[in-house]
Amino acid sequence: MITSFLVNSLDRRGRIVVMLLVALAVLIPAGNLLVPEGNPLHVSTYQLTLCGKYLTYALLALSVDLVWGYCGILSLGHGAFFALGGYAMGMYLMRQIGPRGVYADPVLPDFMVFLNWKELPWFWQGFDMAWYAFLMVALVPGVLAFLFGWLSFRSRVTGVYLSIITQALTYALLLAFFRNDMGFGGNNGLTDFKDILGFPIQAPGTRAALFSASALMLALGFVVASAVVRSKLGKVLVAIRDAESRTRFIGYRVEHYKLFVWTLSAVMAGIAGALYVPQVGIINPSEFDPAASIEAVIWVAVGGRGTLVGPLIGAVAVNFGKTWFTGVLPEVWLYALGALFVVVTLFLPRGIVGLWYTVAARRPKSAKETDEPIQNAGEAA
Amino acid sequence: MTLIRLLAILAVLVLGLQPALADRIADADLLPRVAALGTGGFDAAEKAIADLAATADDRVPAILDRLGEGELMVRKADGAVFFADKAGKDFRLTNPVTGADAGLAPKATVEKVKVNNRIRRAIASAVGALTLMSPDPAVRRAAAEAVMKSADASVIPVLDRAIGQETVDDIRAAMLAARATALLASDAPETDKVASIAAIADLGSRDALGFLSGYASVDGAVGDAARKAVAAIESRLMLWDAGQNLWYGLSLGSVLLLAAIGLAITFGVMGVINMAHGEMVMLGAYATFTVQEAIRTYWPGLFDYSLLIALPAAFLTAALAGILIERSVIRWLYGRPLETLLATWGVSLILQQAVRSLYGANNREVGNPSWMSGSFALGDIQVTWTRLWIILFALAVFLALIAVLKRTRLGLEMRAVTQNRQMAAAVGIRTPLVDALTFGLGSGIAGLAGVALSQIDNVSPNLGRGYIIDSFMVVVFGGVGNLWGTLVGAMTLGVANKLLEPYAGAVLGKIILLLAIILFIQKRPRGLFALKGRAVET
Repeated sequence: MITSFLVNSLDRRGRIVVMLLVALAVLIPAGNLLVPEGNPLHVSTYQLTLCGKYLTYALLALSVDLVWGYCGILSLGHGAFFALGGYAMGMYLMRQIGPRGVYADPVLPDFMVFLNWKELPWFWQGFDMAWYAFLMVALVPGVLAFLFGWLSFRSRVTGVYLSIITQALTYALLLAFFRNDMGFGGNNGLTDFKDILGFPIQAPGTRAALFSASALMLALGFVVASAVVRSKLGKVLVAIRDAESRTRFIGYRVEHYKLFVWTLSAVMAGIAGALYVPQVGIINPSEFDPAASIEAVIWVAVGGRGTLVGPLIGAVAVNFGKTWFTGVLPEVWLYALGALFVVVTLFLPRGIVGLWYTVAARRPKSAKETDEPIQNAGEAA
Repeated sequence: MTLIRLLAILAVLVLGLQPALADRIADADLLPRVAALGTGGFDAAEKAIADLAATADDRVPAILDRLGEGELMVRKADGAVFFADKAGKDFRLTNPVTGADAGLAPKATVEKVKVNNRIRRAIASAVGALTLMSPDPAVRRAAAEAVMKSADASVIPVLDRAIGQETVDDIRAAMLAARATALLASDAPETDKVASIAAIADLGSRDALGFLSGYASVDGAVGDAARKAVAAIESRLMLWDAGQNLWYGLSLGSVLLLAAIGLAITFGVMGVINMAHGEMVMLGAYATFTVQEAIRTYWPGLFDYSLLIALPAAFLTAALAGILIERSVIRWLYGRPLETLLATWGVSLILQQAVRSLYGANNREVGNPSWMSGSFALGDIQVTWTRLWIILFALAVFLALIAVLKRTRLGLEMRAVTQNRQMAAAVGIRTPLVDALTFGLGSGIAGLAGVALSQIDNVSPNLGRGYIIDSFMVVVFGGVGNLWGTLVGAMTLGVANKLLEPYAGAVLGKIILLLAIILFIQKRPRGLFALKGRAVET
């Protein structure tokens, strides 16, 4: 029943996106595992992992878009939720190493042996069990976001102030995770993973499965986000974005709506982080860098905020650009990224999707679409 | 090293460094007095020592020291006295007065000037008299401290004489403490020792603490007194430590103030979220570097003034960059703060990369002018000149900014545009020009901050990144649109950070502070000193 509700919540474009993602989840791994090397259709393991990484970024972008594009909350700290989910997954993967570490301690990860710790800290307990770790992937970012949002929205911290304290939050976490005493591997983070769910993490089959999981999870995230924004709740969110005070005066409990979408978005970001870590093979505190969170925001801006397709396009396009530039012209990348920030905010406030609409509107046949990008930047509170 | 040697070296060092204060008699007068050391028996030697001490010549302590060490020798041939250093089987002789080399002498041709305990006491007394009773207070103070460290009982009689003559109160206190340490080390009766501990405790310094903790484990009345004294000194030193941390806090606060004050203009007054603010600071620091390099190359004599010359350069560089950014990017985004935030972030990336391309990614060295290096002690608090100048500079910039806003035409127009843009435009203020100048002013002040920060931080393309979050915290904490709030915010955060540090460590202290600010903003979303009235709602 829930499935049919979710599927019914998609519009035509949404169905296409989900079908595309499902097709990707099948075809790309097939291209990697079944098509022999040398064939033009062959997908190398490097490309597969890279695409998998892009998909997790797309999920992160989708979560940012859910709060920014639809509710007007510009989070400059979503990287924190992404990284927390990643750390939860990383802790599970560390425990899976077991006695195969350099110091061959059956329980303690290498860095703890190195720091002369005698036993596992309490917050590492339970991470040897996959179900517990996967629960934590959603729970830790979710609870943090809930507490943070509950405090902030209740006291009506909005706009720029909220952006700045989300940035302070991720900065505080960055500093905290750099400390060796915190028990998360300090500067080096968590790495040298061996197994996931009993499968060797480097094996092509596992990598293909991780890619499929990322694509399917992105599809699921898309369906959920679509269900949220197309429901009555979604309409209220847009109302909050465009005129928060007015929505409150009409009688909606604005902070409840915000808290719901904020927490949901953090959980999505956490899941994205959890899928990211086994594919890149490391998680370290640099994921908490405020710069990383702002980059995620620009993916959404480039793709088109206030649309569900936009963040997916933006995340993949910008990151493809980053991979290409850092390979070919590394010193140009920061110029290009900086220019992207400026150009998109000045000339493309509705992003690539918005541009496409503008072009489409010039054509005689202009079908009225439901997934219309936002017209008004929504600062009028 | 014996105490006498220590005092002698001290005397040589202090007197030698200050030739103006050194009393020297003619070589021809000194030489016969030195020769008298070796001519007769112990009585004659004792008289010769007193005679030498009476000259108060700065070479005497070294001569007496060598005598005490048995390195003073008489040449049998003519009865002349020399310093003798062993060189193989022979001795290398040096004239004790002029320092001239007198050649090698076989062992058989020289004879050591004999020393017994009576002579040693005479030497100690003479050297002590020369240093502890020197006319120069700095020598007396240093001598008392040296005696205190060595705790040698043999020096007590000399000390007693010196204490009797001493006129400067705190030097006498140091001498009394030195006498007490010497007494404690001797086999004096317990009551005297307890009294000595009280005398040392009065000194209250770290040396006294270190010395007394050695006696804290002793049983009996001496141990009890020592433990009590240690506790008293520790609580006193804790106060000084708190004072030192307070100073560090004010210093950090002034750095935060400098970094945030420009932001208080652009963000607080104009409502522009300028994420490139840190890069304006960085531009100021690089302008300083460039000016200093030019001065090093072309006018090395002006090096001490390089920072002063760099001030206008840094201000103008950053202000022009700011005006350029305002005219090209920000003016299209007024009223859309979140977009401004993203666009200026992009600008900051471009500026960082541009500086990296121009100057390289490595840290650049900006030198300290001589008037900014070194430090002085204020009680037990160490004050470095750099930090003191930065605090004064921050306050000067702050007051200058207040004056500009309150007393000049530009400030009046700025405030008018901030409060009611349309009305300001209607009465004939050119709002776009005012916008550009305001932004230029805020950026220029960030450039000035760069000059100061170049003295205490690494000048690298990432310089600004480290300050941007702190600056926003200061402005938001203090209350947007309120310069005094920024001052209070910066100082509060600086002091709180440094007072937390001893308990929580540097990083954890900072984390606690960040979380505290996040919670504070929940309680007072508009900061410490919130603007009241209609402007709040916009």
